[in-house]
Amino acid sequence: MSRTDTAPGLAARSAPYRAVIASRVSSQRSHRTSFRVDLLSSLLVGLVELAEVAVLYLQVERIGGLDLAAALLVFAIADVGFSVADMVVGHCDNIPTYVRAGTLDVFYLRPQPLLLQLMTSDLQLRRIARAAVGVVALVVALGLTDPPFTVRTVALLVVALVSATLCFAAMFVWAGGVQFFLIDGAETTNAFVYGGRYAATQPATVWGRPLLVVFGFFFPMAFTAYLPVVTLLDLDGGQQLGLPGWIGWTAPLAALWAWALAAVSWRLGVRHYQGGGG
Amino acid sequence: MRGSGRTYWRLLVAGFRRQSTYRLAALGGLVANATFGFLKVAILFAAVRAAGGELEGYDVGAISAYIWVSQAMLGSVNLNGRTDLAERIRTGDVAVDFLRPVDVQGAFVATEVGRSLFAFLPRGLPTLAIGVLVVGVPLPDHAWALPLGLVSLLLAVTISATTVYLLATSGFWIVETRGLQILYMVLSGFLAGLFIPIWFFPEWLAVLASATPFPAMLMYPTDVLSGRVDGSGALMHVLVQVGWLLATVAAGQWLTRAGRRRLEVQGG
Repeated sequence: MSRTDTAPGLAARSAPYRAVIASRVSSQRSHRTSFRVDLLSSLLVGLVELAEVAVLYLQVERIGGLDLAAALLVFAIADVGFSVADMVVGHCDNIPTYVRAGTLDVFYLRPQPLLLQLMTSDLQLRRIARAAVGVVALVVALGLTDPPFTVRTVALLVVALVSATLCFAAMFVWAGGVQFFLIDGAETTNAFVYGGRYAATQPATVWGRPLLVVFGFFFPMAFTAYLPVVTLLDLDGGQQLGLPGWIGWTAPLAALWAWALAAVSWRLGVRHYQGGGG
Repeated sequence: MRGSGRTYWRLLVAGFRRQSTYRLAALGGLVANATFGFLKVAILFAAVRAAGGELEGYDVGAISAYIWVSQAMLGSVNLNGRTDLAERIRTGDVAVDFLRPVDVQGAFVATEVGRSLFAFLPRGLPTLAIGVLVVGVPLPDHAWALPLGLVSLLLAVTISATTVYLLATSGFWIVETRGLQILYMVLSGFLAGLFIPIWFFPEWLAVLASATPFPAMLMYPTDVLSGRVDGSGALMHVLVQVGWLLATVAAGQWLTRAGRRRLEVQGG
């Protein structure tokens, strides 16, 4: 296919996805009461997760070199990233259900990539409410930690938020690929996807070596929020881990690594799938 | 007509055996429980050390016991609110359950408790063993913390079953209970003291948590088993649990009877 074909083709090729997403949006808005309860629940999920962090830091001055304000900033970046990723690819969690029910075969029949179909199959608007908690926390945390309002600060925040979202999205896709093999054992991947979310809100300095290997580097959760905040606020967490002060800027590399893992896992999983028969 | 005690015992055993077929799921649960356990150890140990070695009555040993006992209980208490019964009420299949010569609530609770007890074998005990071997968990100071703790544990899994039963029966009045179920999932873990002991909460939040049955499902048995509370404190925890059990059973009986009158089965 030559380059000239793809440019005008993009709008046409994305048309089915746009149509599907528009129909999801209108279908969710049509059941208003149910949608409101969903929004409220999602808001509460965000608040409870915030409380889990805040309660601990209200008890003691600092944990692992973070005070309440800095911990709030770490939480906020991780939470915004996770909420957005969850909204877009979170329903990869449903793969075992689809596989068991045999409904996954339908996706294979359509002439569109499987992952794109899954992404648009169940876009949950209510998850916006959860991201809202993260955004408010981010604004408050920035007010409390008061980093200098410079190009560097803004750039680092943007890099961190985009990388965090990409990292968490990669985790969901990685887990999705593994679930083709595990089916009943899907909870195994929860340990790393949701465990990873929990880990991302912690200062990596409190981890022992095994946790550092798993959540610091293999699944680069420390790079989603903690290390960018260390660089942003000029804390000594990086040095304690033997990392340079500018380590937070390398978050995009971590996202790249996470997506490499996700791509391998997804390809193997999709090829492994044998169909529901029938 | 009600079934005899033997019937419910058989249902309990059936629940136990049903769960035993999901071996891979149990392994997955174990991996998740242990991973979260290690993350909790990292952050909570650091918090206790930052507080100078003791935080709200917890030293490093007590917090380790709290973490591993609560992680071990996770597979056995239903903190997500998902039940087959909710689906049976939504579809109207529950009408069949009402025809059976057993109490609907009794049968549900017996089956759930059976499943919960089984979950201790492949999930609970190995999780605790990982904690004991890798991190270290001190034994409670008093020998009788163990028998009392086991009573508290049994009460906790039963209260969890009688409480999710209440959630499921709300389906007699509202058709779509998924929103409530998510609400339950969000609040139960937090108020049960899953990520942070409720004793770390600010006063008002701790009071609020104590006004719900959730601490009786996780926090109290963890306190009793780990020996953080002893003597009258431990007895008090168990008594409060008995209170919640009676209250949730009574509410469940009442909701079942009221719901049965509301039940509308769409035939055709």
